[in-house]
Amino acid sequence: MNTFFWGLATFLLINAFACLWRAFAGPTVVDRILATNVVCTKALLVLALLGLAFERSLLLDVALVYGLLNFGITIAATRFLETGRLKGDWQA
Amino acid sequence: MIAIIVHAVTITLALVGGLFFLAGTLGLLRLPDFYSRVHAATKCDTVGAGAILLALAVHVAPHPEALKLIALLVLVLLSSPTSGHALARAAHDTGLRPWRRGAEEAP
Repeated sequence: MNTFFWGLATFLLINAFACLWRAFAGPTVVDRILATNVVCTKALLVLALLGLAFERSLLLDVALVYGLLNFGITIAATRFLETGRLKGDWQA
Repeated sequence: MIAIIVHAVTITLALVGGLFFLAGTLGLLRLPDFYSRVHAATKCDTVGAGAILLALAVHVAPHPEALKLIALLVLVLLSSPTSGHALARAAHDTGLRPWRRGAEEAP
């Protein structure tokens, strides 16, 4: 079962690196925020899988904090965009 | 017998989750517009993370760590659609136009 967890974590990491391309080349600001959100979700799952593979329950707590930070970062960046502090390149 | 059933359920749910993640990544990379991308990425991420975390919770089931995994699952199920909705609403309110077929040629 450990081998399966390692394989799934590797697959998720490859997916996360593919999503990093959208964060690098995304045409708008919201694309980059969305790609960061997706990469954070995949990193949360990788942390949970490795916490089970290593039998360290500490990594599950780290994953929990990671999820909360992911939500906070996304909502904060969205509020910056809505209040006009952060201008998208489609705005004049 | 019970161990075989638990392993089968774990592997099936985790593979379904991995398939959803692959679909989400493809959608995030290939779709033409921000709105379609946020649609694909948010839904596939929610279902994929939910399935994989549920598989892990089934795998460690009698252990109290399963409760922590369920808490993580509830957090992802609450926060991921909220983030996607907030992003799409912010983009729409600040005036990002949706993509239409043939709109690339027009300025």
